[in-house]
Amino acid sequence: MTDQTTTDNSTGMSYLDSLPKRIITVFLPLLVFVFVLLFPFYWMAITAVKPNFQLTDYANYSPLWVVEPTLDHIKYLLFETSYPGWLWNTMLVAFCATFISLVASVFAAYAIERLRFHGSRWVGLGIFLAYLVPPSILFIPLALMVFKLGIYDTKLALILTYPTFLVPFSTWLLMGYFRSIPYELEECALVDGASRWQILTKVLLPLSVPGLISAGIFSFTLSWNEFIYALTFIQSSENKTVPVGVLTELVRSDIYEWGALMAGALIGSLPVVILYSFFVDYYVSSMTGAVKE
Amino acid sequence: MAELPTAAEGRRSWWAGIGQGRHVLGLLFLLPAAVFLILFLTYPLGLGVWLGFTDTRIGRDGVFVGLENYELLWIDSIFWLSVFNTLLYTIGASILKFALGLWLALLLNQHLPFKSFFRAIVLLPWVVPTVLSAIAFWWIFDAQFSILSWALIKLGLIDTNINFLGDTTNARISVIAANVWRGIPFVAISLLAGLQTIPQSLHEAATLDGASGWQRFRYITLPMLSPIIAVVMTFSVLFTFTDFQLIYVLTRGGPLNATHLMATLSFQRAIPGGQLGEGAAIAVAMIPFLLAAILFSYFGLQRRKWQQGGGD
Repeated sequence: MTDQTTTDNSTGMSYLDSLPKRIITVFLPLLVFVFVLLFPFYWMAITAVKPNFQLTDYANYSPLWVVEPTLDHIKYLLFETSYPGWLWNTMLVAFCATFISLVASVFAAYAIERLRFHGSRWVGLGIFLAYLVPPSILFIPLALMVFKLGIYDTKLALILTYPTFLVPFSTWLLMGYFRSIPYELEECALVDGASRWQILTKVLLPLSVPGLISAGIFSFTLSWNEFIYALTFIQSSENKTVPVGVLTELVRSDIYEWGALMAGALIGSLPVVILYSFFVDYYVSSMTGAVKE
Repeated sequence: MAELPTAAEGRRSWWAGIGQGRHVLGLLFLLPAAVFLILFLTYPLGLGVWLGFTDTRIGRDGVFVGLENYELLWIDSIFWLSVFNTLLYTIGASILKFALGLWLALLLNQHLPFKSFFRAIVLLPWVVPTVLSAIAFWWIFDAQFSILSWALIKLGLIDTNINFLGDTTNARISVIAANVWRGIPFVAISLLAGLQTIPQSLHEAATLDGASGWQRFRYITLPMLSPIIAVVMTFSVLFTFTDFQLIYVLTRGGPLNATHLMATLSFQRAIPGGQLGEGAAIAVAMIPFLLAAILFSYFGLQRRKWQQGGGD
């Protein structure tokens, strides 16, 4: 969408710079940036397939490469630890929390943006402020509540608490999206005798699919990455999520199983990376959309 | 506009009134989100403030003790160290993230081959779960087998392994570096979106008037970009100030509490330590800093925009 205009714009003046100058001022710094930003992933991947005897033997084997790659670490992870269970838990919690948040957010955003009831502006502001409340000041009282509600150490505790940071974000994003849809379409539907419910489900939502995808994948990623609530509310190994499980169960005693740890980090990142690679544009638009308003 | 039910509709008008009445319907639609946010956000926020005034422990309800927690914190050198660390971490990381992120955004805004590919891979560090990338950094910062130490020794720049996380200064630098690594993509991609809204004609006009590259950056790009810079940096400061995951993975606050942030100290006192009241008090102590940081970075940058005639 914006690509077209940018390409046109940038070619406009780049002829002023000679090629050698552009190599020094543009390509070289960019390569350094890309190298630094991607190296940890390379290091993660190469460690995950390195046999243990090569892992710490820098004298005889270059640490940057691997001879005789092995799948032992990944096999260990998948068959001798609770890792598959953590993956399932993370997936389940992220999916449920995202679904609940999206439903709540669609209604809230529609109410604030289109119904414009008394005080809807203040509610909109309140939603934005809620987005600014960080989990690290909420986890202690929430832990107490979770305990009193009897859902401590259950996945339900995470499914119910994750919407606290997903709902404000998604609502804010969808409000921006709804605003971009012409009001006339709804007026036409109203004149034709459609109810508010029909307008929402038959006019507005079909037009908002890109916005819903943005909010959905972003919420899913945020849930997948969440750590402090999962660390505080979950005790038993079988209910842990991937970030918590990898950190608390795979790290034991003094001998770090670097191969297994890196394999765990890599596999745990894959679902969000795959999701991301399919929806890069939605991702970028949701990130910048949340900032722009 | 409210619809006027005709008399012929009779009994149905009451129900239709509910269905079409914007105010009632608005509140009804708001209900699910409101229930979640009031129950799990507003209420715990208040409960957290209350807990800060009690001596609640895990498994035991507390009683009101007034300002005792805060009085204890006031004379607690570890707490003040964590405040210092948090400020250092936030300011250091935010400045670096801003400078490097803006630079990367400017690079990506150039005419490049494979532009969208570059943009896609640059965002990767931000997509991957922080805890998992922090574990990779933990391995990169290993005292014995650090790849960084190895590379620097091979290049002949140092003789012995760097003790990245065992030395107080090194540890502080290392955690800031890891935070900057993760934060650059967010700043860069957001600012790139802002850069793309700046009309190229402004640059062309300035070039014709003989403006240098620096002058164009200083008097066109920066003023046009400052509203989005204000918002991006407010978010960045907010997330850095309340960071927990990275520190918890890399150092758990060590060595000698040199990297303990307020969030990690609050967790340590409250959950493993069991002192929920004291932990809550530390968390509450973050709120004034947080508000100050938001106000400073938001209004500070807003005013610069206004001074430079960027409109409201």
